Amino acid sequence: MSYFADLYATYVRVYLAAETQYRAANAIWLIGIVLEPLIYLSVWSAVAATQGGEVAGFTPGDFAAYYLVLTLVNQLTSDWHMWEFQYRVQLGHFAFLLIRPVHPIHGDIAENLAHKIAMQVVLVPALGLLALAFRPHFATNFESLVLFVPALAFAFALRFAFEWMVALACFWTTRVMAVNRAYFMVLLFLSGQVAPLEILPGWLAAIANALPFRFMIAFPVEVALGRLPVNEILDGLALQAVWTAACVALLALLWPAALRRFASVGG
Amino acid sequence: MRGALRIVWTFAKLGFQNEAAYRANFWIQIFESLVNVGSAVAAVSLVFTRTESLAGWRPPELVALLGIYFAVYGAIHVVIAPSLMKFMEDVRQGTLDFMLTKPADSQLLVSTSEIRVWKLVDFALGAGILAYGVAGLSERIGPLELLGFAIALAAGVAIVYAFWLLLATLAFWFVRLENLLMIFWNTYQAARWPVGIYPRWLRISLTAIVPVALAVTVPAEALAGRLTFANLALVCGVAVTLLAVSRWFWLRGLQRYSGASA
Repeated sequence: MSYFADLYATYVRVYLAAETQYRAANAIWLIGIVLEPLIYLSVWSAVAATQGGEVAGFTPGDFAAYYLVLTLVNQLTSDWHMWEFQYRVQLGHFAFLLIRPVHPIHGDIAENLAHKIAMQVVLVPALGLLALAFRPHFATNFESLVLFVPALAFAFALRFAFEWMVALACFWTTRVMAVNRAYFMVLLFLSGQVAPLEILPGWLAAIANALPFRFMIAFPVEVALGRLPVNEILDGLALQAVWTAACVALLALLWPAALRRFASVGG
Repeated sequence: MRGALRIVWTFAKLGFQNEAAYRANFWIQIFESLVNVGSAVAAVSLVFTRTESLAGWRPPELVALLGIYFAVYGAIHVVIAPSLMKFMEDVRQGTLDFMLTKPADSQLLVSTSEIRVWKLVDFALGAGILAYGVAGLSERIGPLELLGFAIALAAGVAIVYAFWLLLATLAFWFVRLENLLMIFWNTYQAARWPVGIYPRWLRISLTAIVPVALAVTVPAEALAGRLTFANLALVCGVAVTLLAVSRWFWLRGLQRYSGASA
């Protein structure tokens, strides 16, 4: 165990040092992270305004709270490595990762954590300013905030494992950009980003509840906002655990098969 | 003018010949465009399951706006983005010399040198959605609205182009600009919805700092029959100013370029 603790400490230290080179880039990423939820927040606030102040029980203040927390959860659970996989395979970068004596996923997780830490320096103040501009209405409770911690951790693990699995597609096809885009569109609708899941039409909400995407973003947001009773939160955590275990198991199965497909040209 | 058209036509033919070699890309492009456009239409219909109008926009008007969004998006991807990104790479590698030695206006050459014909799919889908939205409008569109639409759209495209040229010209001073282009891609998605829905401070920055919102909303206003003369004048004024400023900036940048070849 201390082996992994050492490994991660070293990795995170190295990547954090690398992060400090690109501080301006982080400010630009911030626009992307914040603007998309802001667009849907504006859309739904406008809808609420035309519908006499609320949509399905959401007031503009509720939407503001929902989308501010969603922005944070989306950033904390996100990962960009699936966009890099194509180049790793096409340009043979995987060769360097594979000769290290640890599974390459650990390096990615550590790099992700380092980026998240560096990103909070700009994200948290930005969210503070947005809270001033949009006046969110929070009505959460203590248990919900406590249970938000495991819900967020599971959401990160599940999303990371799932997206790493999707990224493995690049060992079989060179068209992974199309695969990635299609995945992100599904995620957009079924993880509560376009609209809170309660607002979706019944059939779509049913699909969203049956699939893992809800547990990557929407579920921790609903927990943090105190929108779910404790027993539903516990059920959700159990489902998150099941989905995460299933993804990790599938990833472990696919990884050796993917590696057998990899050939790199040295020189 | 004739010469300029001939240059663009030649680049277009070259672009087609280059891309015809990769026909599978056409199908991938169709898939990606359908995913993109499909999700945007789905988001709009989702909103209209909960309301009859969004900040005064009825469903067919918003569909028309979406069509304009994708048509402009297609135009950016067909010629503006690939050409100017190639230009930025040329500055980095010193290969811009080959462009500058040609006997035609350098701004025209770098702005049209790379044409991606498969990206016309986005443009075609956008035009299709636009036609569908227009067909659903209850009022007939008169010649005056059509004229307003044409002027506003031309001004909108000019704004987007001039903005890209401004960003790209920075390549004469700074070497790495990919992240700066991200500012454009990130803010352009906000133009999918009428600017009226955004809070004041956001509307002002979308209009003044990154003038993308105007490019899409104002032409759609013309089709919806609520274009005010003030807005049309604003969009034309911004277009002319930006074109002039970006031209001036381009010439300034060009003076700074010293070539990087041996």
